[in-house]
Amino acid sequence: MKQIKKWLQTYSLFCLFTIILLVIVEVLVRKGIVPNFIIPAPTGVVRTIVENWKPLLLEHLSVTMLEFLIGFAITVIGGIALAVSMFFSKIVEKIVYPAVVISQMIPIIALSPIFVMWFGYSIWSKVAVTVLISFFPIVVSTYDGLKSCDKEYVELLHSMGATRFQIFKKLHIPMALPSFFSGFKLAIVFALVGATIGEWLGASKGLGYYSRRMSGNLNAEGVFAAITILTILGILLFALASWLEKRTIYKWKDTD
Amino acid sequence: MTVVVKNVSYAFEKNGESVISNLNMEVRQGEFVSLIGKSGTGKSTILRLLTGLLKQDEGEILLRNKEIALGDVGYMPQKDLLLPWRTVLDNIMMASEIQKDLQLTKEEARKWLERVGLKEYESALPKQLSGGMKQRVAFLRTLLTGKDVLLLDEPFGALDALTKKEMQSWLLSIWQDLNKTIIFITHDLEEAVYLSDRIFLLHRNKKVEEIVVDLPRPRDPDIFHSEKMMALRLELEKRISNETD
Repeated sequence: MKQIKKWLQTYSLFCLFTIILLVIVEVLVRKGIVPNFIIPAPTGVVRTIVENWKPLLLEHLSVTMLEFLIGFAITVIGGIALAVSMFFSKIVEKIVYPAVVISQMIPIIALSPIFVMWFGYSIWSKVAVTVLISFFPIVVSTYDGLKSCDKEYVELLHSMGATRFQIFKKLHIPMALPSFFSGFKLAIVFALVGATIGEWLGASKGLGYYSRRMSGNLNAEGVFAAITILTILGILLFALASWLEKRTIYKWKDTD
Repeated sequence: MTVVVKNVSYAFEKNGESVISNLNMEVRQGEFVSLIGKSGTGKSTILRLLTGLLKQDEGEILLRNKEIALGDVGYMPQKDLLLPWRTVLDNIMMASEIQKDLQLTKEEARKWLERVGLKEYESALPKQLSGGMKQRVAFLRTLLTGKDVLLLDEPFGALDALTKKEMQSWLLSIWQDLNKTIIFITHDLEEAVYLSDRIFLLHRNKKVEEIVVDLPRPRDPDIFHSEKMMALRLELEKRISNETD
């Protein structure tokens, strides 16, 4: 009950604003002030989702989710491994850090022909885009988190005779968690965006592919149906990441 | 002698500025020794040299005739430095997790918490503790390293006057029971006189004076009002203020 009250206090204004916006759009479309192919009526979008739930959820969403899951798993495992390597080796840091930053300057669309050349139209071209887009926040936040540890804590453990590995395990890892989760929350959403963009670039299934096909048919309701599902999915994934963060660090993070 | 500092000199690596020059100091087993002096006289540097965190440029530091090394002594820095994600019990168990040869059971650790009046707080996180409680936990963490020599760097500096007095008496009672050797840094002259057997007064010209505190033990807070205590305190104050930089 207390949680619901808190949730309402935080989000009630936003919900109200969204509802008002949807009502305005509905009225504008129904009165013919805005053409349906520019912005569809919200009720039309809901109808499209209900009528096409089977292909949308079973055929397309499942494919997007699979691309997302594989891509995000690679991002998290690879990102943490790279951040830890940079933390332990100055040479790795000097080689890899600029490359990770530069990877964010590359326009993804420009890379699409290369990904198609490398991976064809298989799932791996979509996974590659997912990884490329979500890698940066995980690597940077984990690396910064590992480096953020106060020198005094390190010295205290050294004075107890701790080894470098013990200090890493007992000090650096827990200290890095708040920063890691900031990156994790961004990356989880970016990964979903990455999977969708990957499908735009070349696919035969997935919500990104579906929205692009609907766009080609000037079916705005179909496009918005896919966008709505992706948005809900993004919110759920972000909520899951926030829940994980709270479970892990909330108790002590909110300190003094 | 437990701790022997012989002709030790140390200069900052960055600018080569000398902090300690030809320092000699000996501390006996079970002795309570304080280091006092103005800021910048090298008190904390001496403690860091004694922990092994810093390495002297010249001379030697011996613990029972062996060159001192990391992990040989218990060290309590100025800040409590409790790990915020660990409970009080887990914080004081830290050294036993690091040093495999240190046999400390949770039951023993709990007994210590009871002794320092923190029995109900064993599952509490550091953010739930007051300043005095945090210092007690930090001291227990140092004590439970199992080392005979404890180095305490201004542990009560940030506490209010009343809590500080309480903590001083508490520290004395534990020290008297355990026969530990304590080297203590403070800026508080009264505190130094109340707690110590001997005081090393560090000057900016790198000279060190030794003052023997011949007050009877055990000491209780009433001693603060004794004439001898006041005289010693005044003497120290005079020596510090007469110091030429």
